[in-house]
Amino acid sequence: MFVYLDHTATTPTSPEVLQAMTPYFGEIFGNPSSVYSFSRKSREAISKARGQVADALNADSSEIYFTGSGTEADNWALKGTLEKGKIAGKNHIITTAIEHHAILHTCEYLKKVEGAEVTYLPVDSEGFVSVDDVRKAITDKTALVSVMFANNEVGTIEPVAEIGALCHEMNIPFHTDAVQAAAHLKIDVKAMNIDMLSMSAHKMYGPKGVGALYMRKGLRPENFVHGGAQEHGRRASTENIAGIVGFGAAMEILQTRLADDIAVNSARRDKLIAGILERIPHAKLNGATGNHRLPNNINFSFIGVEGETLLLDLDAKGISASTGSACSSESLDPSHVLLALGLKHEMAHGSLRFTIGRLTDDKQIDYVLDVLPEIVARRRAMSPLWEDYIKGEK
Amino acid sequence: MALDYSKKVMDHFMNPRNVGEIENADGVGEAGNPKCGDIMKIYLKVNPDTKIIEDVKFKTFGCASAIASSSMATELIKGRTVEEAWNLTNSAVAEALDGLPPIKMHCSVLAEEAIHTALNDYRKKNGMAEIPMEHHED
Repeated sequence: MFVYLDHTATTPTSPEVLQAMTPYFGEIFGNPSSVYSFSRKSREAISKARGQVADALNADSSEIYFTGSGTEADNWALKGTLEKGKIAGKNHIITTAIEHHAILHTCEYLKKVEGAEVTYLPVDSEGFVSVDDVRKAITDKTALVSVMFANNEVGTIEPVAEIGALCHEMNIPFHTDAVQAAAHLKIDVKAMNIDMLSMSAHKMYGPKGVGALYMRKGLRPENFVHGGAQEHGRRASTENIAGIVGFGAAMEILQTRLADDIAVNSARRDKLIAGILERIPHAKLNGATGNHRLPNNINFSFIGVEGETLLLDLDAKGISASTGSACSSESLDPSHVLLALGLKHEMAHGSLRFTIGRLTDDKQIDYVLDVLPEIVARRRAMSPLWEDYIKGEK
Repeated sequence: MALDYSKKVMDHFMNPRNVGEIENADGVGEAGNPKCGDIMKIYLKVNPDTKIIEDVKFKTFGCASAIASSSMATELIKGRTVEEAWNLTNSAVAEALDGLPPIKMHCSVLAEEAIHTALNDYRKKNGMAEIPMEHHED
């Protein structure tokens, strides 16, 4: 049995998307920058994909720039905006403590190399950023506010529309990392006051190796990849045509089924959450609930158990999941997101994330609920922390 | 990060030996802390005449290599004298497991430390001076 519950890590390219991409690996191979008529087909394909992505976001197609990944889009938004801001004496970035490393490590780089000042806003116990905290952090040096749309680990959806409105009021560009959110939520960049938005195709059943940055008309951050005149002269590199076509197709397909996906995923998510809470004592749900949580995210900490052991036990049962434990990372520190939510180290080490999607069915949810309680109980029985915890309870 | 554990590590993780507690143990030792994500607790039953470790149990909170290291370490000291047990090194534990990923070597260090702490507890209970030991941060 193969039960894939790590859709936030990546998704398979859907057959329809792959079919749309296939001609661009072979018969339609022309370089879009070439002059002859054969290359026009390549240009048209990119233009169509740009329109598909733009339509999904209620943006203009001239505002969509394809990149090599969501990470590159984040790098471009932050580095390009700060470099531009510095010219006007603005070297301050406001972001949050729970961003993806694509944002956090870029901020660290900007601190080191560009002398940027970075404010990392805290979050509450469910992972929410406070709009008021954003307001208080703004100074006359603030070049950019970047707050993720929804958190990849715990699924909390941030109040981006309100933060965007505040940024517009203060005349500061607002960027949001929507790499997860764009795969699961309806996004309207105009209604939500978003100036820049990062996305990635492989989180939404498109191919790996292609992302996009939405940039509102009029914004001119410095370029990040220098060279040819591709992407309206703002992102050099011969276009990944098949990837871009796949991204456009994936985005369009997603919009046609998004409302159903949200309903189906939310129901399965809530069934799994309720089932775990019912069957496993002292299980703690990490993150927000209901409409404030990504429809596909389930994240728990189990007192007394370490996350990697759960992953390996689940793997032995054919279930693929994820953890914020240090043991799954290069460092010995557990997830920065879970620590920012205020979890104790041992609880952060004991986290387990399931992310559902198109490969999920109800039987799989039942199967997880069948096997997980025994796995947790068995590992707890050999844990001195669990022993201490239970003694403390009595 | 995907970790490729040896078959022996996976065996001792999936089927750990000597899990549990010993009531009225002759020595109990704990190493590690919740912050780093690993805690090991070792219980010893020592024959008062032969000084042979007749039984040993462990409880461990931690990743797969921490559980496997505890399991292997208890196997290696069972049936040995307390002196032989003191001389068990972390690298011997790691070798017996056919190696640990470099970032996981601290798990074998914790096993050595938990055993030393348990042996010192045994010495203390029997009126012997404790042997100075190194304490590791992780």
